[in-house]
Amino acid sequence: MIELSFLLGIPAAGAIALALWGARGDAPEMNAAFSLGTFAAACALTLRVIAHGPQLLWREQFFIDAFNVFLVALTAFVGLTTSLFSRPYMRVEVAHGRLNPGRLRLYHSMYQLFMLTMLTALTTNNMGLLWVAMEGATLSTVLLVTLYRTPQSLEAGWKYFILCGVGIAQALFGTILLYFAAEKVLGAQGVAALEWTRLDAVKSQLEPTVLALAFVFLLVGYGTKAGLAPLHSWLPDAHAEGPTPISAVLSGLLLNVALYAVVRCKVLVEGSVHSALPSRMLMGFGLLSVVLASLLLFRQRDIKRLFAYSSIEHMGLATFAFGLSGPVATFAALLHMTVHSLTKSSIFFTVGHAAQKAGSQLVDDIRGLITLSPTVGWGLMMGTLAILGLPPFGVFASEFLILTTAMRQQPWSIPILLLALGIAFAAIFRRVQPMVFGDTQARRLPHAPALLPVFAHLAIVLLLGLYIPPYLADWYRAAAHLIGGR
Amino acid sequence: MTHVPFNQQLLNACAALMLLLSFAMLSQRRIVSLVNLFAVQGAVLAATTLLLAWRTGAGHLYFSAVLTLALKVAFLPWLLHRLIRRLGVYWDTEPLLEISGTMLAGILIVVFSFGLAEPIAHLASTSMRNAIGIAVAVVLLAFLMMITRRKAMSQVVGFLSMENGLFFAAMSATYGMPMIVELGVALDVLVAVLVLGVFFFQIREQFDSLDLHHLERLSEHQ
Amino acid sequence: MRPAALISQALEILVALAAAPLFLGWVSQCRAWLANRGAPSVFLPYRNLHKLFHKEAVLAQNASALFRIAPYVVFGTMVVAAGIIPSLSGRLPLVAAADAIALVGLFATARVFLSLAAMDVGTAFGTLGARREMMVGFLAEPALLMVIFVASLISATTALPAISAHLASERLSVDPSLAFTGVAFTLVLLAENARIPVDNPATHLELTMIHEAMLLEYSARHLALMEWASALRLFNYACIGFALFVPWGIAARGIGPLGLSLAVPVLALKLAAAGAGLAVIETLSAKLRVMRAPEFLATAFVFAVLGLLVHILLGGP
Repeated sequence: MIELSFLLGIPAAGAIALALWGARGDAPEMNAAFSLGTFAAACALTLRVIAHGPQLLWREQFFIDAFNVFLVALTAFVGLTTSLFSRPYMRVEVAHGRLNPGRLRLYHSMYQLFMLTMLTALTTNNMGLLWVAMEGATLSTVLLVTLYRTPQSLEAGWKYFILCGVGIAQALFGTILLYFAAEKVLGAQGVAALEWTRLDAVKSQLEPTVLALAFVFLLVGYGTKAGLAPLHSWLPDAHAEGPTPISAVLSGLLLNVALYAVVRCKVLVEGSVHSALPSRMLMGFGLLSVVLASLLLFRQRDIKRLFAYSSIEHMGLATFAFGLSGPVATFAALLHMTVHSLTKSSIFFTVGHAAQKAGSQLVDDIRGLITLSPTVGWGLMMGTLAILGLPPFGVFASEFLILTTAMRQQPWSIPILLLALGIAFAAIFRRVQPMVFGDTQARRLPHAPALLPVFAHLAIVLLLGLYIPPYLADWYRAAAHLIGGR
Repeated sequence: MTHVPFNQQLLNACAALMLLLSFAMLSQRRIVSLVNLFAVQGAVLAATTLLLAWRTGAGHLYFSAVLTLALKVAFLPWLLHRLIRRLGVYWDTEPLLEISGTMLAGILIVVFSFGLAEPIAHLASTSMRNAIGIAVAVVLLAFLMMITRRKAMSQVVGFLSMENGLFFAAMSATYGMPMIVELGVALDVLVAVLVLGVFFFQIREQFDSLDLHHLERLSEHQ
Repeated sequence: MRPAALISQALEILVALAAAPLFLGWVSQCRAWLANRGAPSVFLPYRNLHKLFHKEAVLAQNASALFRIAPYVVFGTMVVAAGIIPSLSGRLPLVAAADAIALVGLFATARVFLSLAAMDVGTAFGTLGARREMMVGFLAEPALLMVIFVASLISATTALPAISAHLASERLSVDPSLAFTGVAFTLVLLAENARIPVDNPATHLELTMIHEAMLLEYSARHLALMEWASALRLFNYACIGFALFVPWGIAARGIGPLGLSLAVPVLALKLAAAGAGLAVIETLSAKLRVMRAPEFLATAFVFAVLGLLVHILLGGP
């Protein structure tokens, strides 16, 4: 109970405090301190859930179980490392004159608000509040995407707002339908009829037609935010035009939270519908995203757009795995969400530094990182290899699990998946390789940037590829059992 | 034919008016009138909520009606009018699709929504279950408006009208959502409009116009 | 066929023939009042007709037989239409032969002949008017049909008197679908009778005129018939409107003298109100550019379709 109030209270207090003092010189440190506090609260909450099992808190409005607790921990962790990364990064941006103190204040305040909305979305038990928090997450990041006020960033922000706004409206309709079905079973109880735990208890009695229809809307709605094709087009723009720390949290966290919402809905719908419809839809959207993203990867010249498309691809893969819906596939999907989030944010950290040094995000303008700054160069190379699914990194483990399960359950999808992954590999590698090892005339940097977050992330990803700690494995298994139940 | 009680007739009339207003918005090129139509739609929504509150005696619906009245009839239109004056955008340029074409598409959408809503309407027990199809249509028509308009302001009114349709859907399917959710949604809408207001000034600062065709540069190729 | 029915049928046509020019005169008078002009006499249309019938007809040299036949055909169809529409009584022998859809067909026939005749002589204005008329008609017809469909759906028949009787028997209620179709019908009426937002009956301005452009080549009795026919058309439209939207007072069963003697003043009252309403609409609205006429009629169509959809969606009251 107390942990949850800290978990949500600290970012809320941070948003207010930074709105007041976010323009001060030590604001980046304050931001990091608030994030550290949030992470500590998340750790405490995690320990409590490990010790005492699922928690239903605050008049049943908040619910922590095996599924969301590791996402809470992950979100708080990446939130912390990103705030550490953004500390020097945003200072340089201000020094380059791309930002002024006023916008820095907006940035810091919105960063904390964004963390608050995501943690609320993860921990809430109420499907309505989940929607409110998801919409809040969009609203708090719209102004961050347009932070630089360039024409491109304004366009990206507008697209982000409109597409996600429309998508989230579909999700609201889905939520209304869910409430409609729940009311039939639970009676007119007001708030209680939207509580996930209650719905989960009676899910087999919910009207299948309504739930199937609701799922279509919920999937399209939250799927838009998770960057699933064909409503993905906001994602590359928003990633490329916003400041890099925001790209890191959008890719590493927001997509996860949106996918989390989809999966929560899927559990309910599958319990009611008793058909393969939800699974098939997830597989279809997932596969479409993987294929479309890998094809579009080839045309990208902007390094941040390149990795944004890679995020679409990986989200598609995780969605596909959730659609396979065995315990193993769900286990793999959860693992994939974790390692993708860690790897992708570390890639954005290095890319941010590289682009900042080169003064351009275009691949052709960035050359010879390995001579300019070995830390950035090696960090980017290792991150790229990890995200491309090379052993021994964790992404390999999760992709391997997904592919082997798919081979057993849906063999037809294997050639498509392998081809898409192969194309993605070639597309990303041929861009990143010259960036890291190419020739450059630029001078070697006098000092290496501190890239503690990058290597911390990559170390965890590496660790997860080699050895999954037993409590984490238990955790995933419990969550997989919860979701993939069949 | 069976006789229908008078307040049911009024509810039906409200539903029909919602649909009519959606079509009116679809055909309207003057942005000021668009905002006015949006306000009227909000008023019809509030009237529906009040009628339902009176009929079912559900206390939270009264509150919801007041919320709608304050937010969607008074505050948001006022804010939008202010924005229009300050930004000087009064007319939308020719829409992407001709008005009559849009209308025909709109009619098809209504037929489609009817098909979509029928299974739900069959199961609903509320007295307004017939209006679910209309609510879906209002949502989709607003969506159509957002697709076919070029000016940022019209797209925003479309977005808000979509929200109206969703509230109407909630009203007709389940007599509204739980209070806490409705409050949250209202808050989100309010914040969205405020964010957009800031956004408009940013756009105009950059482009000297609110025409969205400026925002078509970001292509896959860069 | 009983003689009583025949009498009422004949009476109805006679009333229509007699009242149509008067109705036109009444509308003009109302418009003049609203525009603060000195009003012409209500009987002006009669005097016009009388004058035209006593003139010698002049025909263009290259006019074909069609040109000469057209006025009689147009006038004839309008008279037949007047026989189908229940203006005074609901029991009309002619109805057995033609329902509401045939009625739309009759109007279409009149329009085709009018347009063909206008193009027959080959003057620029005639062709221009005919082309515009066909455009308006092409758009107005679906809207009119849609209006009739809604009414037929509600009452499960396409015979106008039956529709009218059914609607009159219902309890008074707020019916959005009928309200929408009512608006649609008003718009169609304005367009089809060359009233103001679409056409201006009072001017001969070549840029905008539609109906008058087609009559330019006619004179004397031909012109008189054409004008009388167009007065009849307005009268007919008004009566369709009464039958669908204010059906009370039409003698449904009683064809006896009592029923009819009650129906006549009721009709007169309705006509007076409708004429005044029409004049108000015409005074308040501005003439649309011809290019905008399709949009105007598309609006009518959308209204009618919305009425239909709302009726299906809400299941009717």
